[in-house]
Amino acid sequence: MSIAEEVECLRRIPLFANVDVAKLKLLAFTSERVTFKPGETLFHQDEMGSAAYIVLDGEAEVLVRTPEGPRPVAVLGRSEIIGEIAILCDVPRTATVRARSHLVTLCVSKDLFFRLVAEFPQMAMQIMRVLAQRLDNTTRQLREALSQHGA
Amino acid sequence: MESSIYRFILRHSVRQQLVLLLLTLASFPFLYASLDLPKRIVNEAIGGSRVPDAVLGVPVDQVGYLMVLSGLFLGLVLINGAFKYAINTYKGRLGERMLRRLRYELYARVLRFPLPRFRRMSSGEIIPMITAEVEPLGGFIGDAFAVPVFQGGTLLVYIGFIFMQDPVLGAAAVSLYPFQGWLIPRLQRKVNQLGKRRVRAMRTISDRIGETVSGVADVHAHDTSAWHLADVSNRLGDVYEIRFEIYQRKFFIKFLNNFINQLTPFFFYAIGGYLVIKGELSFGALVAVLAAYKDLAAPWKELLDWYQQKEDNRIKYEQVVEQFNAPDLMDEERQRADIPPDARLTGTLELAGVTFGEEGAAPVLDGVSCEIPLDGHTAVVGTGGGKEELAQIVARLLAPTAGRVLLNGQDYGRLPEALTGRRIAYVGPAAHLFAASLRENLVYGLRHRPVAPPERGDGEAARRRRRVAEALAAGNTDHDVEADWIDYAAAGCDGPESLMRRIRHLLRGVDLEDDVYALGLNRTVDPVRRPDVAERVLAARAAVSDLLENPQYGELVERFDPEAFNSNATVAENLLFGTPVGPVFAIETLAENPYMLHVLDKVGLTEGFLKAGHTMAATMVELFSGLPPGHEFFERFSFIGFADLPEFQAIVARAEKDGPDSLKPAERTRLLGLPFRLIPARHRLGLFKPEEVRPRLLEARRVFAADLPADLRHAVEFFDPRRYNAAASIQDNILFGKIAYGQPQAQPRVGAMLEEVMERLDLRDVVIEIGLDHPVGIAGSRLSAAQRQKAALVRALLKNPDLLVIAEATAGLDGQARARVHATLLEERAGRGLFWVVQQASLARGMDRVLVLRGGRIVEQGLFDALEKDGTVFSELLVAQ
Repeated sequence: MSIAEEVECLRRIPLFANVDVAKLKLLAFTSERVTFKPGETLFHQDEMGSAAYIVLDGEAEVLVRTPEGPRPVAVLGRSEIIGEIAILCDVPRTATVRARSHLVTLCVSKDLFFRLVAEFPQMAMQIMRVLAQRLDNTTRQLREALSQHGA
Repeated sequence: MESSIYRFILRHSVRQQLVLLLLTLASFPFLYASLDLPKRIVNEAIGGSRVPDAVLGVPVDQVGYLMVLSGLFLGLVLINGAFKYAINTYKGRLGERMLRRLRYELYARVLRFPLPRFRRMSSGEIIPMITAEVEPLGGFIGDAFAVPVFQGGTLLVYIGFIFMQDPVLGAAAVSLYPFQGWLIPRLQRKVNQLGKRRVRAMRTISDRIGETVSGVADVHAHDTSAWHLADVSNRLGDVYEIRFEIYQRKFFIKFLNNFINQLTPFFFYAIGGYLVIKGELSFGALVAVLAAYKDLAAPWKELLDWYQQKEDNRIKYEQVVEQFNAPDLMDEERQRADIPPDARLTGTLELAGVTFGEEGAAPVLDGVSCEIPLDGHTAVVGTGGGKEELAQIVARLLAPTAGRVLLNGQDYGRLPEALTGRRIAYVGPAAHLFAASLRENLVYGLRHRPVAPPERGDGEAARRRRRVAEALAAGNTDHDVEADWIDYAAAGCDGPESLMRRIRHLLRGVDLEDDVYALGLNRTVDPVRRPDVAERVLAARAAVSDLLENPQYGELVERFDPEAFNSNATVAENLLFGTPVGPVFAIETLAENPYMLHVLDKVGLTEGFLKAGHTMAATMVELFSGLPPGHEFFERFSFIGFADLPEFQAIVARAEKDGPDSLKPAERTRLLGLPFRLIPARHRLGLFKPEEVRPRLLEARRVFAADLPADLRHAVEFFDPRRYNAAASIQDNILFGKIAYGQPQAQPRVGAMLEEVMERLDLRDVVIEIGLDHPVGIAGSRLSAAQRQKAALVRALLKNPDLLVIAEATAGLDGQARARVHATLLEERAGRGLFWVVQQASLARGMDRVLVLRGGRIVEQGLFDALEKDGTVFSELLVAQ
């Protein structure tokens, strides 16, 4: 898979959907491609993260620690981003992520990501918009949940 | 040191000067004879006016007489030449020897300067004084007496000749000399003052240059280069003005002198002519006097030149020496005296009212009184300055400006440096390492005097004897720098091997061993000099090969396979299939290398490379055009630097518009250069696809090796699974491949795998030993600050001092390393002297005594437990952390 295909993958991610193709290309070119074998762990819950992963091929499962042991909560596939919260703000990983199959990812380090955002403000605007949308969604969900709770 | 150059010359070379004088005087008769003989040849032999019947009892005729005289003339020419040769050689040797003595003496004085002196005097000032400023003195010293005597003598001979012709004319000839003798020194005095100013101005310039060099990062960081350029330009302007004025004045003196010299013939013509007309002087005599006077001009000019040179050198000498003639120099004997090997520092150091301060500033230490037992541990804690100064006073590096320091009642300051320097170790907050290997730096504290002479063959030994004799003749030391200087016994070792064990023990103790191991892995080893290492590294290579079969490590490393393309290596590495040695096949210039171009042509890859280069250039232009200059992405990711981007942009545009054939040869070269640096697995540009191009790249690899001309054979070290690669690092030799891109945690996992192999094959020790050969760079700049401090601690511990003085030396270490180092220090110093300025009060726990310093005064002292109670300054400090 070459840079061009990686860029295609990146474009399907909402966070990057409206970002200029040339910038995505730069992001892809400067990021490292990392391949995981089935069962290999990308990162563990509670450790500090320094990179996000974009799935280019294969599947990863998200596991959350529970008193009964790790519980899978989601499966992520092609063109999905994993661990982006950790590179946007300094919080520990909220879950463990493991490769479910042969998994090819694009590893975007925090440092690199911030440099790109600093260099290209349009990119920051785009990301802000997506995040605001997410916040809006979450808030609405919370409101709905609260109103249901109240009812 | 002698305050004037003539005193210096006389003190150290009076005998040689006498020899020179005698030689000069002895040459006079021959010189005179050689002037006289031509006249006799012309008048007597050729003119035939006075041919003797016999020479030395042998009868001669006129032709015979001519031959005898001509032979004599030839003989005189040879004798005069021999004199000149002998005198000049002697002068040259004398001058060089004296220059060597002077420089040595100046350098020796630098080593005796008290430390505070270096706060006012920079290396930028000291270096030119010892090197450039004294340089002309060497030439002058040989001339100091010989020239005035020779030229003065010649002058006197001529003047005498004129006086013998006619006393009145003689008086006329010298009549202006007194005036010149009065006037010229007066004019010269101004030149001398200018000369002094010139020296001072040049010194500040070299000082500024030195400052720029050491602070160059800050110059860039603050964009102050324009300011520095203006400053230096201004100073160079001053120097220009001074120098030009000196030039003008010097030539004015010469002009005046010439003019006065031409004035004298005026008297000759006027007075002499009058006397001839009156019949009181013969015409012939007047002509002879005029001729003689013409000859006077040369020695007179020489004398004047010599005088100006003398003044110049006198000033240079005085200006240098006054900087080195300080009253507070360390006593020479204190530095030279040796001590018996079993001498120890024991007892108690007593400080009484010790004060230290720079002139005109408040003292940083004020009336410090305390006792420091040399077999116990003393901690210094506190706030404010003076702690480092106190440590340096205790280490006898600094002398207090007031108060006394006594060791068992004796003046501490009078102990020989051999005792304090060997039995005390000091580690400050920013230790200095010397530009040598790490190993040299660690054993630096053991080099006090030569211990065992080196082995030399007969020829070498004779040469060494000559060198020693010459060194002694110039008042230099005869210590042999090639000898083994390492005092193994002082380190408690009996030879290099046990010293190595001790070093390794200490490296572990200060948490430096892993660093040295990593340095060693990245070093190259010459397999001819160390066949044992090469052999074991090859064994490790085989072991890694086995490990990589293990799925746990699996695809971490892509090994070099002569029959396979390595997609984790650059295309250049794939073609060369080896490491370039020297610049011939350096990756940056491969596209210009005719042999490489020949190989590409031969396998038909040139067009493919050009196309790939075009694609790469287009991609780089697209990706990186929007970034500002100097952005770190250029360095980290781009094949093209910011400065070259526009050029490639133009090339790409042209190639797209008019086709690749329209490119000029230079532009083709630019494009051809790019693919060599491509690492397919990393860059993922979809170039050099496995099925199409790679077989041909492998073919190129084969052709490259097969056609390689013999004269290029040395320029590449091929990858050979069975051979050690002398141009590659130990790690690369062991891995014999590239760490694969795209493997999670590849670096640490490869590190762990290597560790396993090293452990199994017992190679770790060897690698550490090789790591010790790492050159630390200027002032240790190729090590991190923490590594430097750790190395300095090892250096201090290695010499087993009676007292170890540490001044906040561990402040720059991270927490874990610091804890390790502290534990090691306490363990190593158990039962022995330790004086430790700690950066945190809690570190004083476990020490015997604590001194609490505040504002340069001791406010509390005593046992840790006694001071730990409420209400003490010490407990406040403990709480404050």
